[in-house]
Amino acid sequence: MSLAIDCQGLLKRFGSYTAVQGVSFQLPTGAIMGFVGPNGAGKTTLIRMLCGVLVPTEGQATVLGYDVLTQPEEIKQRIGYMSQKFSLYEDLTVRENLDFYAGVYSLYGKKAQEQKNRVIERIGLGERTAQLVSSLSGGWKQRVALACALLHDPQLLILDEPTAGVDPVSRRIFLDLIHQLAKEGMTVLISTHYMDEAATCDYLGFVFYGRLIAFGSPDDMKKKEAKDNLDDLFIYYVEHEASDDPRNFVRKKGGRG
Amino acid sequence: MGGFSWVRFLAVLRKEFIHIRRDRASLIMAIAMPIGMLLLFGYAVNTDVDHLSTVVWDQSQTADSRDFITSIRNTQYLDPDEYVQGYHQIEGYLDSGKARVAVIIPPDFGKELQRDNGQGDVQVLVDGSDPTIARAAMSAVQMLGLNKSLEIQGVRLAARGAAAGTNMPLNIETRVWYNPDMKSMVFNIPALIGLILQNVIAMLTSFSIVREKERGTMEQVVVTPIRSLELLMGKLLPFVLIGFVSLTLILATGIFWFGVMPAGSIPLLVFLSTIFLFTILAIGLLISSVAKTQLQAMQMTFILILPSILLSGFIFPRETMPIPLKILGGLFPLTYFLNIVRGIFLKGVGMEYLWQDTLILCAFAIILVGIAAKKFKKNLD
Repeated sequence: MSLAIDCQGLLKRFGSYTAVQGVSFQLPTGAIMGFVGPNGAGKTTLIRMLCGVLVPTEGQATVLGYDVLTQPEEIKQRIGYMSQKFSLYEDLTVRENLDFYAGVYSLYGKKAQEQKNRVIERIGLGERTAQLVSSLSGGWKQRVALACALLHDPQLLILDEPTAGVDPVSRRIFLDLIHQLAKEGMTVLISTHYMDEAATCDYLGFVFYGRLIAFGSPDDMKKKEAKDNLDDLFIYYVEHEASDDPRNFVRKKGGRG
Repeated sequence: MGGFSWVRFLAVLRKEFIHIRRDRASLIMAIAMPIGMLLLFGYAVNTDVDHLSTVVWDQSQTADSRDFITSIRNTQYLDPDEYVQGYHQIEGYLDSGKARVAVIIPPDFGKELQRDNGQGDVQVLVDGSDPTIARAAMSAVQMLGLNKSLEIQGVRLAARGAAAGTNMPLNIETRVWYNPDMKSMVFNIPALIGLILQNVIAMLTSFSIVREKERGTMEQVVVTPIRSLELLMGKLLPFVLIGFVSLTLILATGIFWFGVMPAGSIPLLVFLSTIFLFTILAIGLLISSVAKTQLQAMQMTFILILPSILLSGFIFPRETMPIPLKILGGLFPLTYFLNIVRGIFLKGVGMEYLWQDTLILCAFAIILVGIAAKKFKKNLD
């Protein structure tokens, strides 16, 4: 079984603050993995390290077989990334956004045209290509962002809270798309707040205060802690961890908050 | 993964041009602002003092006094249009600002002039609230008094039959070079090229990068394989072009509207403006690396603009500044560029006199571009 992501003891410090500490996990190719955890837990920092954008302070990781420290350019060319904000150019049309990202991924000429037509058809953007992104609804913007991330046929799709602030119907359509892509062999890493999204993942990672406190398939995890659903499991983990956390201890003693 | 990619660079370039085309505010800033500023500064920043409103209290009412008043009018500096009786009225005119200068001719003025060896007195009151105006008015009437005196003296001497003595013992001929009419417009318009380029380009450049940070698109772009050099070049090149458009507009307006013709070589001016443009792009880039929002970028640009207007020699001569301010002014590339444009426009000089300023400007360009590019790269990582 080949690994899409293999990270060992990843750690990131910003000054004296440790955003991510000692994260290790292995993700097989073709799987969907979900990162779950409260805001500020370090999910985004972790993801950005895996994208080769942030340099880890300690530890090592390979993504698609490339080292994040020494081969970030190779990784960037092979992953598709979509963040929680729709990072599209609002004053450009859908097609102009696609043109830009095709160029940025070094696609040109006939090949670029083919790839653009392919994602437009795939995502169902046909009638919207001439529309300015600013005039699209949240759900459509999200689909355009996904289209931009898929232009260069990435082997790994990294989605950082892609469905935050999107209506339930659009969210459903979007998730179906992601699952279809995974079926076709694409590895997907997705961070989310929604437990229904997390439940459909092959693997789950609970991120809390910069640490990966649990990793495994949703069913295994539920069985292990004898919980019926992921919500309970999540709350259990958070409470369990929070009582151990020295920061919480100090806070209680000091009588703050 | 290889070096510079033209495909990625062109993708950024094309996108930037679409941004500029769609963003009406930038377009207006790039085209209307240079012309607007040129018209505004060209007319408002005018230190030429002439046609000052003047009141006259002519108590003499003789041919001589009327002749004197006509001479005053002929200087072009003073317009003796109002006639009053008494100091009380004069005070009213000066207090209200209806007149800047008051000329009082006493009753015996005509009689004294006609009398052999007589001396006619004239009192001139000047509103000194604005020193520039006061100085101009004073030197105008003093010059007039001297000329008038010499003229009358000549007539008197001739009447005595001393024909040989009418020649002046000393004759000073002054010629004003470069700006013979001493019009401040001729001095200001070339300098505006520098000022406008600085303001417009620094602001637009910093805006275009800060906007991406502010809207979160930069976050997406850094995850792509694009290199910082490709991104930087793609983002800056459009502003080099806008800079040239602005430069052409300012030159054309200066030449065809204000009639300020460059005495020197226009290609040299364009070439040296390009170097200046690079220092400004770098400043814009530096602002964008510090500023987080477009508002901050705007404020920082203004922090740059105000001292550069005051200290670069744009309005006030640097020679008379105290040393610390002079040094501070030396930190602005605009200071050196002003020497260059004024040199080329007014004096028509070439590199033989401008090489020092050019070298300093080059040094600024290299250092600023270096720092800015480094900071930009670091921000991306």
